[in-house]
Amino acid sequence: MIINSRFFNRSELIGFVALALLLFVILPLSLDVFRLNLVAKYLTYAFVAIGLVLCWGYGGILSLGQGVFFGLGGYCMAMYLKLEASSVANTKIQSTPGIPDFMDWNQITQLPLFWKPFHSFPFTLLAIILVPAFFSFIIGAAMFKRRVGGVYFAIITQAIAAILTILIVGQQGYTGGINGITDLRTLHGWDIRTDHAKFILYFVEVVLLFGCIVAAQFIRLTKFGRILVAMREKEDRVRFSGYSVANFKIFAFCAAAIFAAIGGAMFTLEVGFMSPSFVGIVPSIEMVIYTAVGGRMSIFGAVWGSLLVNFAKTSLSESFPQLWLFGLGALFIAVVLAFPNGLSGIWLDYVQPHIDRLLASRKSKAGWGDGSVADGAPAE
Amino acid sequence: MLIGHQPKEFLLAVEALTVSFDGFKAVNDLSFYVEENEIRVIIGPNGAGKTTVLDLICGKTKATSGSIQFRGKELTKLKENQIVQAGVGRKFQTPSIYEDLTVFENLEISYPRGRTVFGSLTFQRDAAVKERVEEVAEMIFLKDRINTYADQLSHGQKQWLEIGMLLIQNPDLLMLDEPVAGMSVSERAKTAELLNRIIKDRSVLVIEHDMKFVEDIAHKVTVLHQGQILSEGTMEKVKNDPKVIEVYLGH
Repeated sequence: MIINSRFFNRSELIGFVALALLLFVILPLSLDVFRLNLVAKYLTYAFVAIGLVLCWGYGGILSLGQGVFFGLGGYCMAMYLKLEASSVANTKIQSTPGIPDFMDWNQITQLPLFWKPFHSFPFTLLAIILVPAFFSFIIGAAMFKRRVGGVYFAIITQAIAAILTILIVGQQGYTGGINGITDLRTLHGWDIRTDHAKFILYFVEVVLLFGCIVAAQFIRLTKFGRILVAMREKEDRVRFSGYSVANFKIFAFCAAAIFAAIGGAMFTLEVGFMSPSFVGIVPSIEMVIYTAVGGRMSIFGAVWGSLLVNFAKTSLSESFPQLWLFGLGALFIAVVLAFPNGLSGIWLDYVQPHIDRLLASRKSKAGWGDGSVADGAPAE
Repeated sequence: MLIGHQPKEFLLAVEALTVSFDGFKAVNDLSFYVEENEIRVIIGPNGAGKTTVLDLICGKTKATSGSIQFRGKELTKLKENQIVQAGVGRKFQTPSIYEDLTVFENLEISYPRGRTVFGSLTFQRDAAVKERVEEVAEMIFLKDRINTYADQLSHGQKQWLEIGMLLIQNPDLLMLDEPVAGMSVSERAKTAELLNRIIKDRSVLVIEHDMKFVEDIAHKVTVLHQGQILSEGTMEKVKNDPKVIEVYLGH
C-alpha cells in the first residue's frame, strides 16, 4: 500500500483498480467471446493512446502518424504468422510452394531476404519493438535535431503515414498490397482462430496493457516526466538549463512508437490480419481522437477513450454507416472546444469533488476516534 | 588569429564578434573582456544589440564571425546545452519559467544533475537535492510557496524564480537580461538585495535600463550603440562621456 500510494495517488489508484476490475473481471464474465474479441480490438488502440499521452499530452509533440508504428508492429507479427501459415504442406497447390500466397499470385518465386528472419519467433518479438524504435529514432532525430516541431512535425508525420501506406499498397508482392496479410492461422503451432485462443489472447493483451500503463506512469513520475512538461511550456528555458531538448523529444517519440507497435502486434493476433487501412492518415488521426476524448493528460483516460469511442463507432456504424464519420468529427470538435482535458478532465472537475465531499461527510459522521487518518484528510 | 593574445585571467573574452541578419549587422566587430568576479552592466539605446550579445554568448544565435572564449573554451562551436554545462547561465527578459510545475519542480529541473535522458529517468530526489532547493527557495523569498504552481506567482516572484533557477545551476558566468523590468519599487529593492547576494564568487553580465540600479551594482559599464562599443569603463567615466550623453543618457 505504501509503495502504491506513492506510485499512484489516491484518485489514480481508484482509476487503476476500476480499470483492472473492468478488464480482468467484469468484461470477461459478461461478454461472449465475439464481443470480448471486439473489446480486445479496441484495446489495441489504447496502447497507441497511452503513448500519445506521454508524447503529445505531456511532451506537446503531436504525432499524426502513430498508425505507422501500429502498422510496423502489426506487420512484423503478421509476417511471422503468415510464414507459419505458408508451410509447404499448406501451399502445395501454388506454383512455388512454401511462400505466402500473395507472393505466388505476384509471380514471386523466392522468399524475399527481409522476410527470412521472420521464420524465428524470438526475432519477430524483438523486431516488433526494435523496428518501430529504429524508425521513430530516425524520424525523431531528423526532425528534432533540426528543431522541427509543432504543426510542422504533425504534418510531416501525416506525410510519413501516407508514404508508408502507398509503399505497402504499391509493393504488393512483398507486402500483400491493399488486402494486407490475411489468412493467419497459428502462433508457434497454436491455433489463434479458436474461441479459447481469443479468450487467452484477450488476457495476454490486458496484462501487456497494464505493463504499458505502469511503464508510462513510471516515466511520468520521474524527472523525465517533469522535463516533458517543462519542454512543452518553455522549450528554450529547458535548453538553456543544460538539457539537449532534441534527445528528450526523441526518447518520448520512440517510447510512444514502441507502445503503438505492441498494440499493432496484438491487433494482428486478435483480428487475424493486418492491412494498410490501419497504417494511413485516417486511422492515425482517429488514434489522436481517442486520446483527446479520454484526456490527453491521463493514462487511464487514454484507455477509456479508446474503449468508448470504438464502442460508439461499432454500434453507430452498424446502424448509421454514413453518419459515423460526421459523429467522430463532431465528437472531436466538442472535446477540443468544451472539454480540452477530455473524459478525465470531466471526471476530475465534476465527479471527483462530489466523491471527495461524500467521503469527507461520511468520515466526519464516523468521527475521528478510529485512529486511522486517510491520506486525503486534512491535517490536524 | 587573435590580435594581441589576451592574458589567461579573463573569464570571458569576446573578440571581433559580428553577427549579420540579412546584411544588417546587429553586432559589429565587438570586443570586450570580463574578469573573474566582475559585474559588468551593458547599457545602450533600444536596438543597440544588447540582447543579441547575450544570445550570441549563450548560443541562441550563431555568430557570423569572431570568437567567444570562456575559460579558454570556444563557445561559438558549442551547442546551447554544452555552453550551459561549461558554466554559463542565462536569464531571459520575460520570466521564463514552467507554469504547470511547482516552485520546487521548477528549481529541481535546473539542479545540475541528471541532465541526460537516462540520467533524468534514474534521477532521485534525495536529501542533497531537497536541501539545495529549499536553500535557494529561501534566498529568492519563495520558501513558503515552494509547493505552489508557478502560474500563481506574481510577475516579480516569477522573475525571482527564474533567478533562483539560475542560481541552483551555479554558473561561473551569470547573464541577466533586464532583471528588474516591470517590478514594483519594493520588489526592485528586494531584487537588488538578492542580486548583490548571488553575484558573489561569480561573474555577472547584466543588461539593464534602470540607471539607479546600474549604479548600485556595476563594477564596469559597457555602452553599446548600433552593435558597437560606444564607451566602456566605470559608471562615473561613462556618465560623463559626451558621446554617451548624446546617444543615450541625454534624453
